[in-house]
Parts: sequence; structure tokens; C-alpha cells
Amino acid sequence: MGLREYATTEGGRAATLVAPPFLYALALLALPILAVVLFSFWTQDFMTVDTSFTLANYREILDKPIYTMLLGRSLMVSGIVTLVTVILAFPVAYYVSFHVQPSKKSLWLFLITIPFWTSYLIRVFLWKVILGYNGVINSGLVGAGIIDEPLSFILYNVNAVIITLAHAFAPFAILPIFVALEKIDRSLLEASQDLGESRVTTFFRVTLPLSMPGLVAAVLIVFIPTIGDYVTPELMGGAGGKLIANMIQTQFLQLNNAPLGAALALVAMVCVTAISLVFVGLNRRWLRGR
Amino acid sequence: MTPLIELKGVEKHYGDYHALRGIDLDIRQGEFFSLLGPSGCGKTTLLRTIAGFEAVSSGTIRIDGRDMKGVAANHRPTNMVFQSYAVFPHLSVAENVGFGLRRDPRSKAEKARAVEQALEMVGLGGYGQRRAHALSGGQRQRVALARALILEPKVLLLDEPLSALDKKMREQMQVELIRLQRQVGITFILVTHDQEEALVMSDRIAVMFEGEIGQMADPETLYRRPASKRVAEFIGKMNFLPADVRRDGGAIEVDVAGLGRGAIAAEQAPGGVPVGAATVGLRPETLAILFEGEATDRRVAEGVVDEVVYYGDMTYYDVRVPGVDRPLNIAMKNLIGRPVLDVGTKTRVAWDERALVLLPG
Repeated sequence: MGLREYATTEGGRAATLVAPPFLYALALLALPILAVVLFSFWTQDFMTVDTSFTLANYREILDKPIYTMLLGRSLMVSGIVTLVTVILAFPVAYYVSFHVQPSKKSLWLFLITIPFWTSYLIRVFLWKVILGYNGVINSGLVGAGIIDEPLSFILYNVNAVIITLAHAFAPFAILPIFVALEKIDRSLLEASQDLGESRVTTFFRVTLPLSMPGLVAAVLIVFIPTIGDYVTPELMGGAGGKLIANMIQTQFLQLNNAPLGAALALVAMVCVTAISLVFVGLNRRWLRGR
Repeated sequence: MTPLIELKGVEKHYGDYHALRGIDLDIRQGEFFSLLGPSGCGKTTLLRTIAGFEAVSSGTIRIDGRDMKGVAANHRPTNMVFQSYAVFPHLSVAENVGFGLRRDPRSKAEKARAVEQALEMVGLGGYGQRRAHALSGGQRQRVALARALILEPKVLLLDEPLSALDKKMREQMQVELIRLQRQVGITFILVTHDQEEALVMSDRIAVMFEGEIGQMADPETLYRRPASKRVAEFIGKMNFLPADVRRDGGAIEVDVAGLGRGAIAAEQAPGGVPVGAATVGLRPETLAILFEGEATDRRVAEGVVDEVVYYGDMTYYDVRVPGVDRPLNIAMKNLIGRPVLDVGTKTRVAWDERALVLLPG
């Protein structure tokens, strides 16, 4: 079969369609990751890179507490951000799905995505304005006489990072939960009440389990990118709020130690993958047959 | 004996839309009762007000003597089989059937036995561990039935439970539902738009149009003595003929256009006796085509075959009779030796005034 005939078959057509993005992903995703993997097994020798295979970088990451501490903090921050975001997103998604008229639902979704109209960077800076020493919250509370001194625990620390990230990722959590809730056949809720359950117990026995796929998706969508987030901890984290991404950046650009940076990046990636796989496993359990 | 379910003046408004207009209904313990009507007639709304999913705008609903006002669905002695079956997709068959047993004081093992018994009752013994999504439509329906019956409700509400099944399956389920109802002795209220289904299954039927009950009777009365043209049209086939009605003392005499005069009894006019111009109805199977040389003691009219529809066991003829504005629809059994006539054949039609129904409106 010649190439021309192959292109007209079902498989051939699919291959033709998928080839451009596939090549793109290969060149811009797979090859760079391969380069990172290679670099992580090399070492920096002042100005040159020593390309002999070694595990020295990984040993250093394990030996020096700063790296494991940063990794632990990153995991903790993304964990809290995920928890806060999903818990806050669920009621919003629930309200839009169950209490907004069908004709107004798309308007609500549109409103939820409005924050995306401004750039991420600007939104982070805006939180600075809100949380800052002379920011909206502090001057408001001082002006109202509720506090005498501006609150200091809401800027340039981990708390500020969590608040900013939770806000930035809220729409990403709302949308998958909303979709899962929309897919629930409303007669199931009536059936549950018919079989003796109240509205509250119906929520826990029917609505919540059936929205699990959306919840798991929301958790993944928030958790994975926040672990590697660089901008927010850089701008909002101060000295004590830096995360693993900031250290990777420092290694690559300031300390000129690309191999160690690459190893750190890989370790973070493996952590994210491991945790994500647990959630994918959970998702599978809930999705079984649906 | 007080009825199990008592509806008095039940009204339901959705904004400007008047869904139920003063429904009065008594349903007895152990009865198989059907709400029959075209879509949009309010039959499902009525069922949902009994179940407690819709509040009535006015009027009262009493179940077993207790006023249901303010009683939520989860506290009513009713259970429902939903049109979509509403089988929980995240649970196994056994978990679905045992869903309502959470507060039941029995032990786990006893509940499991009850679930298995309920499954056996609907012909799904041994299916307990299957996932709900792996079931066919008919099996889902049985799960929904078992799930409702295991709670031994005073009333089982069925919302078009058979409409999603194919014809064979539907007929089989009809028979099974009747058997099941007799076995458990629970009052069944069935909502359906399928007149045949209602006739086959019910002890009594309420025919609904536009939020009102058009007629409430047992299947035979409903079929043979419909109280209005609308009911007659909705249930089975009916030939409608203009007629002139005269009362002579106790006797009612009708002059049917194209067929002739006849006297009818009072019960042949269940909707009342109008005087002057009226409509009479004749079921297709009460008319007969007289084949070559066949004699009859019934009244006879001459006609010409206009249309032939062959059904296998039956043949439906449209016969044009002079003086009758529309062809008469006649159902004939295809007995041995009986030919199927061709269009254009001249024929005689036998009719009987005892089969006439006098219809107001």
C-alpha cells in the first residue's frame, strides 16, 4: 500500500490529523524533558558541564535539608491550596448546577471565567495591593478601628502564597465539578428521597459519590500546576514562602548549576506523578463503568 | 370502608399554567389503578403530588386517613418506580435494592436476605453483585421495582414504567406486574399514555384530559360505554356518526345517518341523553361484513370497500356506505375460509343498535 492510499484509510487519516501536534509535542516537550533527564545525571564543573554519568546531584538533594524542606513545603502548599480551592469551589459549582435556571447557567460560567481576562501576573500583583501592609484589608481594618497594627501574617509568607493560588485556580476547580454535577440525573435525587433519605443524606449518599469524578479532576487540575508554580511564591512568598520552583530557577539562572536544577525538577516531577497516579486510581474506582 | 387514597379538589398551578383542575379521586386498598391520558394531561403531575415531589396549590391528599400536607416525599408511605428507573449507577444491584433499608433495625444478614428475596421476586435472583450499569433496560426496571417493593409501601407509584421497553418485553412485563401486584397485595397507581396497557392491567382507570378527569371506570365500562367523544377517541377505535335523538317516554330512539333507526337502552348513553342532533359511536368489531350468502338477524346496510388493511389475525376494512359522511371502519377476524376482500368490492354491512353509544359533544 502506497502512502497515498494509506492516507485515505481510517487509521491513515487519523495519523495525518494527529501528526502536526505530535511533532510539535515531540520537539517542544519530549526532547526538552529528555535533555533535563540527561542533565540531571551530569555535573557542573565551574564553567563547563562534566558529561560523565553520576548520581551526585540526587545525592546532594537527599543530603542537604534545604531541598527536601523546599519540596516538602511545596507539597504542603499545593495540598492546602488544592483542599481550600476544591472545598470553596464545590458550593459554587453546586449552586450553579442546581439552583441557577438552565437559561442562565452559561452566563454564570462566563462570569466565573472573568478573572482570566487579566494576566496571571497582574492578578498576583493585585493580591499584593489587597494583602499588603498598607493594603485594602489592613487599612480597612485599621480605619474601622478593629485592629491597631496592620496584620503581618498575610503578606510575604506562605499564607499569602496560598490565598493567591487558591484564587487563581478557583475556576479550574469549579468547571470540572460543575460538569460532574450537571451529569447527575435529577431523578436519582428524587429516588433517594422517595426511598426515605432527606435532602442532606441524599447529598452524601448520591450527589457526592456521583460528583467524585469531577472532584478528582479538580484536585488534579489544581494540584499539579501549583506544585511547580514559580510566579506567586516569588512575588508573594517573601523569604519564608519560597517553593521548589524558585530553587530550580535559582539553580539554573543564578548559581549556574543546571544539572542540579534539572535533578530537582525531575524529583519534583516524580513526586507530582506519584501523587497524581493515586488520584487517577481513585478516579478509576469512581468512574468504573460510567 | 374508607379509601386508601383520597384526593379532594386537588389543584396545581405552575405560574399561569393550570396543570390540575379540581381532581377528586378515591383509590381502594389493593387496587390496580391507572391514570391514562395523552402527554401533558397532568397525569404525571398528579402522581408526583401523591408521591410528595410536588406540592398541591389547593385541595387535600389523604393516604390511609392521614393528611399529606407538609409531609415530604421521604416520610410518605409511597414508593415510586421512575420512568428513567433512576437506578443508582454508583451502586451494585444489591446496594440499589437495599438503599432504603439504612434505618431498618434488622441485622445486616437479615437485610441481605430480604434483598435477595426481593430480587428473586422480580426474577433477578443471583444478580446482587452486578453493577447497575451492566443491566439491560428490563433488568433496571426490575431493580427499580424490587427497590420500591422491599420497603412494603402502602402505595406503589409507577410513572410510565414500560414506555422505554420494546413491545415483546412490554407485554411480558405487563403480565408480571399484574402477577406481582396480586402477590404482594399493595395498591398500584400506574401512569400511562398507552390505552392498551391501561386496559390490560388495571382494575380501574381514570382518563385525564387537560388537568381534569374525563371518566373514571373499570376497563370494560370505559371501552364499551365511554362517557364522551374524547374518551371514546382516546381508547381504541371508534366510528362516529351523526344521529338524531328522540325521547318517547322511557324509550330513546336514534336515527343514525345512513344506517337507519334504532332504539337504545339508557346505559348506552353514559354521558346523558341529548335531544336533537347528537353523535353515536360504533366500535369496528361490533360491525360485520356479510360475505356471499351469509344471513343475519342484525340490521344491514349496503356499501363498497374503500380500503383494506391486513393485520394477519385481523383485517380492517373501510367501507363507504351511502349517506354516511366517513367510511365505516370494520374489524373482521380472518377465520378459515373467509376471503380478504379487494378494494371496490360491493358488500353488505351488519350493525346492531345494542352496540351503539350515544355521545354528548
